[in-house]
Amino acid sequence: MSITEAVQAAPAGIWKSDPVHSSVGFSVRHMGVSPFRGGFADFEATLAGDRLVGTARVESISTPDENLTGHLLSPEFFDAERHPELRFESTEIRRDGGEFVVSGGLTLKGQTRPVELRGSVTEPVEDPYGRRRLGLDLETTIDRTDFGIDWNAELPSGGQVLANDVQLTARLELVQDA
Amino acid sequence: MRVLAVSGSLRRDSHNTKLLRAAEELAPEGFEFELYEELESVPPYNEDRDGDEAPLGAAHLRARIADADALLIATPEYNSSVPGQLKNAVDWASRPVRAGALWGKPVVVIGASSGMYGAVWAQAELRKILATAGARVVDAEVAVSRAAERFDADGRLVDEEIRDELRAALDSLVAEVEPQLVAA
Repeated sequence: MSITEAVQAAPAGIWKSDPVHSSVGFSVRHMGVSPFRGGFADFEATLAGDRLVGTARVESISTPDENLTGHLLSPEFFDAERHPELRFESTEIRRDGGEFVVSGGLTLKGQTRPVELRGSVTEPVEDPYGRRRLGLDLETTIDRTDFGIDWNAELPSGGQVLANDVQLTARLELVQDA
Repeated sequence: MRVLAVSGSLRRDSHNTKLLRAAEELAPEGFEFELYEELESVPPYNEDRDGDEAPLGAAHLRARIADADALLIATPEYNSSVPGQLKNAVDWASRPVRAGALWGKPVVVIGASSGMYGAVWAQAELRKILATAGARVVDAEVAVSRAAERFDADGRLVDEEIRDELRAALDSLVAEVEPQLVAA
């Protein structure tokens, strides 16, 4: 492992996501051939010193088909009625070589599991309106069955319709709280 | 707790209807059973006729499901699958997407057949289509094989093992529904 710095790994101050210039998405291999992508339109993230917290409204999941959206919100997938929120809370932020690493707990469908998000953070810049912004780009891969999202179907030639591994991404533009 | 019991068989002397009667007899205190007996009057699903004024049979089905806290469905097995009239009822009750009567509704699926396997394939397919419709399918199964031997001349379920399985399935349904009732 490369040198790890635990002290002052994150930029100082309080930073909140700009919803227009940020996105939270997922990608899962479908039919074994192609990554299916979707996202959550309604989310927020706050980076405050050594703590990153992000939440997303499961209901805001977006797909190109209302039947698919319905199936994803149903008890067979996210069970949005009983578990309306997806939540990440960090326990540690550190730098690992050139990478920005955030460990914490991801809560999905009522189950909390440890995850490690890896990615990068930019230096803050001043925007034309006098506020400071930085970019935080993180991703992780989870096994959806760890969270009780077990749906699948057999392919005629063998194998499964939907992969268990799901890549989660947060491309965040954070604005410093005035 | 109001439970709508739906038999997938329209036959007068249906084993599945008898199984639902047995469930009513064995149900824990607080169960309020209603046997849905209008399945035959639900017309074939037609999106052209589905709107604010759905056909009477379909509207009635939707209203009965919406009024219930949970469903108990007993299915026979036709050609290794769910009888058409039962699939058709699921189709009506699944619409509109995310606002249909089945959305989030706890359901236990059980089944009886005169053969060796107790309608297990039909049950599995019914669970699949109910889950896709957005119902909350409870993890319980009662598979009554050789159904003709399990009921006496009065239609009473006489197999003790199956009576126990039925009690366990109803307990699972209570466990699924009660947190919702408390929260409501």
